[in-house]
Amino acid sequence: MATKKFRCKVCGYIYEGEQAPEKCPVCNAPASEFELVGEDKPEKKTFNKNSNTYILVYTAVIVVIVSLLLSFTSAMLKARQDDNVKLDTKKQILSSLPTLDLTQGDVATLYANTIVAYELLDVEGNVVSKLDPVDDFDVKAAEGQLPLYVANVDGATKYIIPLNGAGLWGAIWGYIALNDDKNTVYGVYFSHASETPGLGSNIATPKFQKQFEGKQIMNNGVFVSIAIVKEGQKVVGQDQVDGISGSTITSKGVESMLKNSIGAYSAFLDNPQQPTNEGGNEL
Amino acid sequence: MKMNEELKNTLLGPLSKNNPISVQVLGICSALAVTVEMKPALVMGVSVMIIVALSNVVISLIRNTIPNSVRIIVQLVVVAALVTVVSEFLKAFAFDVSVQLSVYIGLIITNCILMGRLEAFAMANKPWASFLDGLGNGLGYAIILVVTAFFRELFGSGSLLGYRIVPQSWYEAGYVDNGLMMLPSMALILLACIIWVHRAVDKELQEK
Repeated sequence: MATKKFRCKVCGYIYEGEQAPEKCPVCNAPASEFELVGEDKPEKKTFNKNSNTYILVYTAVIVVIVSLLLSFTSAMLKARQDDNVKLDTKKQILSSLPTLDLTQGDVATLYANTIVAYELLDVEGNVVSKLDPVDDFDVKAAEGQLPLYVANVDGATKYIIPLNGAGLWGAIWGYIALNDDKNTVYGVYFSHASETPGLGSNIATPKFQKQFEGKQIMNNGVFVSIAIVKEGQKVVGQDQVDGISGSTITSKGVESMLKNSIGAYSAFLDNPQQPTNEGGNEL
Repeated sequence: MKMNEELKNTLLGPLSKNNPISVQVLGICSALAVTVEMKPALVMGVSVMIIVALSNVVISLIRNTIPNSVRIIVQLVVVAALVTVVSEFLKAFAFDVSVQLSVYIGLIITNCILMGRLEAFAMANKPWASFLDGLGNGLGYAIILVVTAFFRELFGSGSLLGYRIVPQSWYEAGYVDNGLMMLPSMALILLACIIWVHRAVDKELQEK
């Protein structure tokens, strides 16, 4: 006599016998969780579901349907996504200016009102080309050229330099806004792709970023960047901020990002093109 | 009536007696990764719930046509497609949320709860039951995530959902956040404690 088949509703285990087992040997579900599997279903299939032809056709159809679905979705939403990315970049640039309130009003308008110029500099610090800050703000700088945003905040000129570096797990980036003395930090903004939540990701918090405000990147007219050190340590000849405990590598990543990204602009920083009243301590 | 009872079990069973994390011990990897703070844990829980439910329905609808030898791949394709579509929509309509979720959305594809439910339930049940099963399992997953994240954020950062709970005066008096809470190893210990408590309360779960 043929045995009956019982299937565990919890884990799918198939038991063969006259009666459902007391307990599922895989997941310990009680007998009540078993159901009889109708094995005497008439075989009315006209083709073999496990034949190679069927499998090939089936997978091909599934893949085509799925890829159509995906490309359709992607094409439909592309324009919106690009707008979002652009708006987000504008927002990030503005985030380096701590006095702006980004929660109020339209970011795009605020951006158009604040950022007055987008320039590409050569390594000597000379302006190579001036681009429209609103429409061309995401034009990539060519090799050997340095992008620079100029902002006007309540009548004062601020220079915004994009930063790029590496954290512990992935890319980190940000923007640093300098006062027109090209020395004092007006504000910073950092973001990251995949730093550890609760540890390295704290570089994106206002608490960490606030520390940079008012720090100086020059020492006696020479670019020295800003050190990020363990709480309580002291660095000579350089301004410093506290790193994040528990994420030394991310903190170091921010430090070298500042040093490398701003360092490329040293010719521009050493050479104030427009004489300013306040004048920092560059020569 | 019996049918309803069964459906209710399908939905509510995974919350406690059949919890995907604390009883079946599935999805541990993501449970360790996203529970440092409450917010990602909540969002991850909700996303997993939606995607398990949807993919359960899709697989259940086509279950009778899937060739046995490639079923896992078909399930994977469906899950990956759903996850991609959801993340595309998030990028278009809720950009801020998608930035916050970043890698987590992609991680859902590799969540073994999904494969487990598709393989064990959706392949053999009707769409509506599969939908409830997905919802229940997602919810069971979310509950454990949120509980773990609650303790990790409270003791690790002194805050909940980003709001400060431990007052500044405590820190001035010498209170220090527990850095171990931030590390995945502590999440594992916490999960073990949850399983322990769960089994102590629900005697049925204990092995003899």
